[in-house]
Amino acid sequence: MIKEVGAQDMTPLLQVNSLTKMYGARIGCKDVSFDLYPGEVMGIVGESGSGKSTLLNAMAGYHAPDQGEVIFDTRADGPQDTLKMSEPERRMLGRTDWAFVHQPARDGLRMSVSAGGNIGERLMAVGGPHYGEIRAQAADWLGRVEISDSRIDDRPSAFSGGMQQRLQIARNLVTGPRLVFMDEPTGGLDVSVQARLLDLLRGLGREMGLSAIIVTHDLAVVRLLADRLMVMKDGHEVESGLTDQVLDDPQHAYTQLLVSSVLQV
Amino acid sequence: MSDYNFAYLDEQTKRMIRRAILKGLAVPGYQVPFASREMPMPYGWGTGGVQVTAATLTPDDTLKVIDQGADDTTNAVSIRKFFQRTAGVATTEETTKASVIQTRHRIPEAELSEDQVLVYQVPIPEPLRFLEPRETETRKMHSLEEYGLMHVKLYEDISQHGDIATSYAYPVKVEDRYVMDPSPIPKFDNPKLEMAAIQLFGAGREQRIYAVPPYTRVVSLDFEDYPFEASKADHACDLCAAGDSYLDEVILDDAGSRMFVCSDTDYCRSRRAAGHVGRLGEEAA
Repeated sequence: MIKEVGAQDMTPLLQVNSLTKMYGARIGCKDVSFDLYPGEVMGIVGESGSGKSTLLNAMAGYHAPDQGEVIFDTRADGPQDTLKMSEPERRMLGRTDWAFVHQPARDGLRMSVSAGGNIGERLMAVGGPHYGEIRAQAADWLGRVEISDSRIDDRPSAFSGGMQQRLQIARNLVTGPRLVFMDEPTGGLDVSVQARLLDLLRGLGREMGLSAIIVTHDLAVVRLLADRLMVMKDGHEVESGLTDQVLDDPQHAYTQLLVSSVLQV
Repeated sequence: MSDYNFAYLDEQTKRMIRRAILKGLAVPGYQVPFASREMPMPYGWGTGGVQVTAATLTPDDTLKVIDQGADDTTNAVSIRKFFQRTAGVATTEETTKASVIQTRHRIPEAELSEDQVLVYQVPIPEPLRFLEPRETETRKMHSLEEYGLMHVKLYEDISQHGDIATSYAYPVKVEDRYVMDPSPIPKFDNPKLEMAAIQLFGAGREQRIYAVPPYTRVVSLDFEDYPFEASKADHACDLCAAGDSYLDEVILDDAGSRMFVCSDTDYCRSRRAAGHVGRLGEEAA
C-alpha cells in the first residue's frame, strides 16, 4: 500500500523536521522528524505525558513550536513551511485541507448549533452560501457517519458520546481535507462504539484517500488504522516503523514494555 | 445656559470620542474601542449614543431624538431635554430640519441628506457575540475575515423556521470587509443603511464606536436560495394610509381589534398634515 502510493507521488504530503516544543526548561517534544506520504496513516503512541498531544498541537499550529519545520504540500503553491505562513493562511489551511478531531467531541463541536449547522459551518466559511446545497451536503455526511438524517436539526447535546464523535468527524471531513489530525479519537467511548467508529474511520480514509496522524495510547487503534507507527517517550521518538513490525517485534525496551502491557482478553 | 460644559462632557473626553469616530469612519464597520464615560442615565438607555451625540454637536446644530421611530417616548424626550439643558441647542421633531438625529432602533422614513448625521444607540455591537462568547476570538475572526459563523446563525433560522427569522439587528457586511451589527433596527431599515448621511454607532456599556460613511456599500447577509427580504407588516398605516413605512401594531381593546400605525411619528404627522387619511384616520387624529 505504501509503495503503491509512493510510486505515484513521491512528494511527501507533510514533512516534519526536528520539531521541538519546550515548556520552559521542560521538554514537550524534542527533535521529532518524519515524512508522511499521501494516503498514509501514521500513529503516534506513548504513555500520558510523553509529548504526543504536544507534538500534534505543534504540527497543527495550535501551539507555536520553538524549533523545526512543518512542511505541507499545499494545493496551490507546493510544499510550504506552515510555521512561516501568516496566520490567515494557516487558519485557511486549518479549515480547508486540514482537519482536527478532538478527543472530547464537545471541544470540536458547537453544542448550541444543530447537527446540520455544525457540518455546514466549514462550507459556509469557504464557499458561496447556498442553503439548499449546504443542507444536502450535511444530510449526505450524516449518512456517511451513520447518523439518521432525521437528526439533522437536533443539537449535539442530544446525541450520545459516540454520535457526537461521529458528528465531529463529519464536520471536519465535509470540506474534503487531505490531512486529518486526530487526538485520541476513541477516547471515552465504550468498546463496541469504538469498534464502529474505527470501522467508519477506516472506510472513510480509504474512500477519500485521507492522510492522517492519529495520537492515541490505545495500541489496538493504531493496529487497525495506522500504516506506520511512532513510539514516543519523554518527548523523544524512541522507535518508528511499520505498525505491524513495531508491534510484533518491538526493539526498544520501552516499546517492549508498552506492547507487553496490553491486557489480553 | 447652565453650569455644564457644552453638551455635558468635558472637552478632552469629546476629543477622545471624536478620535474614535474619525477612526471608525476611516475603517467602515470596524468597532473602535473608546473610553466610555459614566453618563447620568443607566446603561441600556443610550449612554453610547449620547456620548457620540455630545461629541458631534456644535452650538448651531438642530437635534432630533427618536426612540423606536417616535419623538414622544420616554427615552427620546429625556435625551432631548438632556441636550436642551446641557448644550442649549435647538431641537426639532422634523426629520428634514434636524442636523443631528439620535435614534434608537429605527432609521427615519424620510430620506436623509449629506448634511445630516444619524447617531445610533447600540446595546451589543458585536454581531458574533451570541455565537462566539469570547471577545478575543471574535476580534480574531473580524481581523481574519472569518465570517462563516454568521451564516450558521442564518442557517439555523431557516432549518428551524423555514426562512430567515431574524427580523431585527440583521447582520450586514460593510464595504465587502467587516460584518457589522446595525443595532436593533428592523431589517426593513437595512436597505436604507446605504445613505447620504453619516451614520455613527455608539455602544456605551461595551465601549465601542463604529461608523458607516456616506454612500458606503452595506449588504445584508443571506443565502443565494434564501435572499434577504426587507419585511414589514402587510398593511397600510391606519392614520396616514402610508403603504411604504414601517408599522407598529397597536391592540385597541380586549376583543382583539387592532390598528397599524407608522412607527415614525414625524413621517405620519407630516403625511396627515398633507391631507392623507387612513382607515381610522379621522377618529384618531
